[in-house]
Amino acid sequence: MSLDELYREVILDHYRNPRHRGRLEHATAHAEGQNPLCGDEVRIDLVVDGGRVVEIGVTGQGCSISQASASMMAEAVAGKSVAEIEGLSSRFRAMMDLEEGDAGIDESRPGESLGDLEALQGVRRFPVRIKCAALPWTTLKEALEGDAG
Amino acid sequence: MGDLSHLRDDFPILSTEMNGHPLVYLDSAATTQKPVQVLDAMDGYYRTTNANVHRGAYALAVEATDAYEGARAKVARFVNAATPAEIVFTRGTTTAINAIAYGWGLDHLGPGDRVLLTMLEHHANVVPWQIVARHTGAELVYLPLTDGYLVDTSALDGLLDERVKVVGFSGMSNVLGTIGPVAELAAAARSVGAISVVDAAQMVPHMPVDVQALGVDFVAFGAHKMLGPTGIGALWGPMDRLERLEPAEGGGEMILDVGLQESTWADIPHRFEAGTPPIAEAVGFGAAVDYLEAVGMAAVRAHEEQITAYALERLATVPDLTVYGPSDVSARGGAVSFTLADIHPHDLATILDQQGIAVRAGHHCTRPLHRLLDVPATARASFYVYSVPGEVDLLVAALEEARRIFGVA
Repeated sequence: MSLDELYREVILDHYRNPRHRGRLEHATAHAEGQNPLCGDEVRIDLVVDGGRVVEIGVTGQGCSISQASASMMAEAVAGKSVAEIEGLSSRFRAMMDLEEGDAGIDESRPGESLGDLEALQGVRRFPVRIKCAALPWTTLKEALEGDAG
Repeated sequence: MGDLSHLRDDFPILSTEMNGHPLVYLDSAATTQKPVQVLDAMDGYYRTTNANVHRGAYALAVEATDAYEGARAKVARFVNAATPAEIVFTRGTTTAINAIAYGWGLDHLGPGDRVLLTMLEHHANVVPWQIVARHTGAELVYLPLTDGYLVDTSALDGLLDERVKVVGFSGMSNVLGTIGPVAELAAAARSVGAISVVDAAQMVPHMPVDVQALGVDFVAFGAHKMLGPTGIGALWGPMDRLERLEPAEGGGEMILDVGLQESTWADIPHRFEAGTPPIAEAVGFGAAVDYLEAVGMAAVRAHEEQITAYALERLATVPDLTVYGPSDVSARGGAVSFTLADIHPHDLATILDQQGIAVRAGHHCTRPLHRLLDVPATARASFYVYSVPGEVDLLVAALEEARRIFGVA
């Protein structure tokens, strides 16, 4: 496993040009997460309407893995229903070996299952960094659970 | 002068590998590696001498007590304490500072009183005072830093008055390397009748220290940052100061007599050592100071200045790299914190790790300092007696590799 596989171009692109960046004034739900060990911070703002995440805003700071993961996640979940997001989250966690299951990744069709997020599969080989990749997802889950609508 | 590379043979871990590369251990400010002399002393203690101390009525317990008290005498000699009794064994630097904060602060601090700290303190010299301040109504104030990363003592004018009851400061920063203005702050504390407390976790391991010459009231340090084991450290204070300190912990071994409502305390230092102490660790601590005395603390300091100067010189050749700390090696120790372009320190640490290089990344238990520096985290390379210039070269090469991986132009 080379470092170039961990720090793939698409990860560095999301790190330097994060998507869905910013706070949402009209958010219906939000959550903040951090890894106290390394200081990564992520805040997720959501506008949830009719069981669907119609808008997502990401803020925070931290390593390339946590911030790229947040950007990729935002791109993947924007416009999706809560049920669809749960499915994505499960497949992401399976990819990270955080839970049993199949991430559904087909090597011959990269990006088919999880989009850009598949670029993060190299993180699995760096156990101390898995928490960084997972932080945005645990924060999103918290935001969705806290959403009254 | 300054070449201590022959010492490396004493450290078994330095010939191991990490991620398929020879270990390049550059995290000695977090904890140092241990020489066989320390490992053998602790192993030998358990194999031949182990018993509980200060209570046995048999020969082995007497031997164990002698080993424990002998270690105290060695540590006392190492820092030039007036008597071994002025060395209180603690669990480490943190516990020593807590012992002062609780044992002195709870009785002597009140509403409106102030604890004066500096902006470069480790959390170990901040949080205990915050807790005691919450109990007593005291407040914390901080000396700022100069642009050159030194403690700005010119700010004493506005901060030092009779409300200040404690002046607490680091003898050597674990992030910036900055050596604290010990004499100046000790004098400032005396001038308003405050006690002075030195967090010497980095200072005692890295330079000759004569605690009596410092002019301070309390000094805290730990064994594991000076070749000794984890789990033991020391609190030094002159006898008349220790007499004013209340025990922060109660239990066995620290009492003279116990009644149903009240107890009386054992003599100093035992009244501050409740419970069975870390005996083998004390023996290891003693072996560590023996080792350092054989090397000579002047030689330890000279080597550190040399390798720090080399590191600063080589790091200056890496484009987009920022070092946080004094550039004058006579004003600093061997902890060198830095950032590289927009590469997060944790990413840097991962890249270095893959090449066998161990550095620390994060806030190094100094959140207030990192907020002041306006960076969420830094990477830190730190050195000790076994560090060699070749390791600095490997670090610099690995940082160049990090620039390539991250496409830093």
